[in-house]
Amino acid sequence: MVDRGSDDRMQLPPREVADVMPPHAHSWIGRYVFSQDAKYIALQYSGTAVAIGLVALVLSWLMRLQLGFPGTFDFITAEAYYQFVTMHGMIMVIYLLTAIFLGGFGNYLIPLMVGARDMVFPFVNMLSYWVYLLAVLVLVASFFVPGGPTGAGWTLYPPQAVLSGTPGGAQSGIILMLVSLILFIIGFTMGGLNYAVTVLQARTRGMTMMRLPLTVWGIFTATVMALLAFPALFVACVMMLFDRLLGTSFFMPALVELGEKLSYGGGSPIAFQHLFWFFGHPEVYIVALPAFGIVSDLIAVHARKNIFGYRMMVWAIVIIGALSFIVWAHHMYVSGMHPWFGFFFATTTLIIAIPTAIKVYNWVLTLWQGDIHLTLPMLFALGFIVTFVNGGLTGLFLGNVVVDVPLSDTMFVVAHFHMVMGVAPIMVIFGAVYHWYPKITGRMLNEAMGQIHFWVTFIGAYAVFFPMHYVGLVGVPRRYFEIGEPEFLTAPVDGLNAFISSAALIVGAVQVLFLFNLYWSLRRGREAGGNPWRAASLEWQTPETPPRHGNWDALPDVYRWAYDYSVPGAPEDYIAQTDPWVSDGEDRRL
Amino acid sequence: MESKFQGQDQTLLQQGYSGFAADWGSDQRVFKRVSWGKAMMWILLLSDTFVFACFLVAYMTARSSTTAEWPNASEVFALHIGGHNFPLLLIAIMTFVLISSSGTMAMAVNSAYRKARTPTALLMLATAALGAGFVGMQAFEWTKLISEGVRPWENPWGAEQFGASFFMITGFHGTHVTIGVIFLVIIARKVWRGDFDRDQRSWLSAGNGDYEGVEIMGLYWHFVDLVWVFIFAFFYLW
Repeated sequence: MVDRGSDDRMQLPPREVADVMPPHAHSWIGRYVFSQDAKYIALQYSGTAVAIGLVALVLSWLMRLQLGFPGTFDFITAEAYYQFVTMHGMIMVIYLLTAIFLGGFGNYLIPLMVGARDMVFPFVNMLSYWVYLLAVLVLVASFFVPGGPTGAGWTLYPPQAVLSGTPGGAQSGIILMLVSLILFIIGFTMGGLNYAVTVLQARTRGMTMMRLPLTVWGIFTATVMALLAFPALFVACVMMLFDRLLGTSFFMPALVELGEKLSYGGGSPIAFQHLFWFFGHPEVYIVALPAFGIVSDLIAVHARKNIFGYRMMVWAIVIIGALSFIVWAHHMYVSGMHPWFGFFFATTTLIIAIPTAIKVYNWVLTLWQGDIHLTLPMLFALGFIVTFVNGGLTGLFLGNVVVDVPLSDTMFVVAHFHMVMGVAPIMVIFGAVYHWYPKITGRMLNEAMGQIHFWVTFIGAYAVFFPMHYVGLVGVPRRYFEIGEPEFLTAPVDGLNAFISSAALIVGAVQVLFLFNLYWSLRRGREAGGNPWRAASLEWQTPETPPRHGNWDALPDVYRWAYDYSVPGAPEDYIAQTDPWVSDGEDRRL
Repeated sequence: MESKFQGQDQTLLQQGYSGFAADWGSDQRVFKRVSWGKAMMWILLLSDTFVFACFLVAYMTARSSTTAEWPNASEVFALHIGGHNFPLLLIAIMTFVLISSSGTMAMAVNSAYRKARTPTALLMLATAALGAGFVGMQAFEWTKLISEGVRPWENPWGAEQFGASFFMITGFHGTHVTIGVIFLVIIARKVWRGDFDRDQRSWLSAGNGDYEGVEIMGLYWHFVDLVWVFIFAFFYLW
C-alpha cells in the first residue's frame, strides 16, 4: 500500500505535455495588479477575503453586544440586527471561507504541489479574481443603499426575503445580494475549472493521483463539488431576482401584506429551500474538505509520521463529497416533509458519519507514537480535531428527525454549525497560514504572538460556543433580536449571554494581533530558508523561496508520495518527493 | 471518439477497464490525449448541465405546485396558417434547424480533423447561420406570445408560472445559442485566417498547429442542442 521509492519506479514515463513557461508580464500593472500568476492571484483572493471577513467579524461583535447586553446599545435596532445576522453568515460562508480555501489556498498550493508552472489557464484565473472582487464590491455596496443590506437571514428564504417587512426586501438590499451571489458563482466557476483541470491534466512526471498530498485531494474534491452545487444556488438566485424585479411567482404564494393582497400567487417557497440546500449542504463540505486535506498534511509534517491510511483518507474525501449531495433536506425537517423522505435524509446524513469518523481516527492514529512537535500549525491542527469532533457529535443529534424538530431554530443549531464549519475550518486556515507563511514570504511568523493568538482563540471559541449549546437546549430561539424572559425558558440565560458576548469580543480582538503578526513578520520574522519544517511535499522543494513566476527551473520529477517521514535507514527524517532515494537493504515496501 | 489531435503524443493506450484504471493510476494526465482546453470545456459543460437541470426541475416543481391550470402547450404554440391551426409547427421547425446545425457542426469537426481549412470555415459559418436562424425564430415566438398577452407575471390562459418559466428557460437557452453563434463566427474567422495552421499561441489557439479549437467549439454546440431536446420534451411536449 505504501508507495515508497523502488527500483522499478526510477524509470519515469516520458513527458506527455510540452513544458511551456507561462508568459512573463513586463509591466508593473501586469505583475502586481492584473497578475496572471496563480500565487499572486491567491494572495489577492486571500487579502480580499480577509478584508470582507473583518467586516463580518465586526458584525458578529455587534450581534453579540445586542444579545449579551440587550437594550444597552440604542443604535442596534431590530432591523439592523437582522441585517448583521444575514451579512455575517453570508460573508463568512461564501465570501471568506469558500474564497480563501479555493481561491486562496487552491491557487497557491495546487500548481506547486502537483509540480506545474501555473494554473492551466492563467488569464481565466485572473478574471476569476476580478469577478470575485466585483461580487464583494456589490455586496459592500448594499450597506450603503437606502434601506441597507438584506436582513432575510443567510438562507434568504422567500417569501419574506422579498417583502417589505424584511430589511432590504422592498428596497435594493436583496437585489444586490442576489446579484453579488450570481457574480461570485460566475467568478468561482472560472477559477474552479482551472483548479480541476490543473489537478487532472497538468501534474508533473511521476505525480500520480495517489501521490498527491491530501491538501490537493481536499481542494480538488471541493472544487468539483462546488462546480456541481453552485448551479443550484445560481438558479435559485436568478429565479428570486425575477420574483423581486419582474413580478414572477416562482417562489411566491398568494400573500396579503399590510392588509393588501399582493399580485403574487401559486409559487412554492419550498422549491427555493430545496434549491438552496442542494447547494447549501455540499457547501458545508466545500469548506470542510479542504480543511480536512490541509490538516492531514499539517499533522503528518509536524508529527514526523506518514499519514495513517492514505488511501482510506482519499476515499473518505471522495465519499463524503458524493454523499453530501443526497442529504440536503435534513436542513428542512421543520419545513414539512413526508416521513419517508425524513427517514431517507436522516439515514444518508448519519451514513456520512462513517467516512468522517475514518478521517478522525486516521488523524489520531497518525499522531499515535508520532514525534509530535507542538509548533503553531500543530497546535491549530489539534484544536481543529477536537473542535471538529465536538461539532460533529452535535451533528448526529441534529441529523435525526425527532431530535432535530425541537432543537431546530434554537441556539443549539447555531452552536453546532459554528463549531463544525466555523471554528473548525478557521482553525485549519490559521494553522495553514502559520505553516505556509515561510514559503510565501521567506520568513517565519512570530512565535510569541502566535502562541497568544492560538490559546486565546481556542479557549475563547469554546467559551463562546460551548455555553451556546446549553442556551439552545433551554429553549432560546435563534435569530431573535431580544428574547426577554419568556416562560418557556427552563433556566435564565442572561448571565451566560453576557459571558458569551464578552468572550466573543476578546476572541475577535485577538485576531487583530494575528493580522499584526502577518505584517510584522514580513520584515522582522526569522529567516525561514526553503524548507523550515523539513517537509517532503513538492512546494517545499522549489529552487527559490518565495517561488518565482513559473515555480521551477526544470519541472521536478516525483519518485514517491508526500509522506515519507522517519523512514528507517534514510539519511534524513524525511525524503522529499523529488528524491529518488532507494533503501539498499531489504525491500521495505509494505 | 478518439481525438485526432495531440500529434506529439505517441503513447499507446490500454483498452477497457484495465486501461481506465491505468489512466487514473498514471502520472501527468488522467485523460490521456485530452488537451487542457478540451478537458476544461467538458467540465464546464458538466457544470452547465446542472444549471439547466435545476432550471427544468424548478419549472416542473412550479408546474406541479401551482393552483391554477397549466396552459395547453400545443394550443399556445400553434401557428394559424391558411385557416388551419398547426400545433407546435414553429417549434418543430426550430428544432429541425437546431438539430441540422449539429449536423453541419459535426461535418466541420470532421473537416478540422483533416485540416481542411476552407470547408471547416464554411461549415462553421453554416452552423452559425442555422443557429442565428434559430434565435431569430425564437425572437418571433417571443414577439407573438407577448402580443397575445403573455408576461412573466401573467398570461391569458392560466397559471402565471407558465410565462415566467417560458421566458426564463428559453431565454437562458437562447443566450447560450447566441454566445455559441458569436464564438462560431470568431473561430471560423480564425480558421479562415489560418491561425490554427501556425505553431504560435494566440487567443483560443494552443499553437499546436491543429484545429482543436473547432472540436471544442463543437462540444459546446452539441451540448446546447442536447439541452434543447430536453426543453422541447419537458416544456413543449408535456
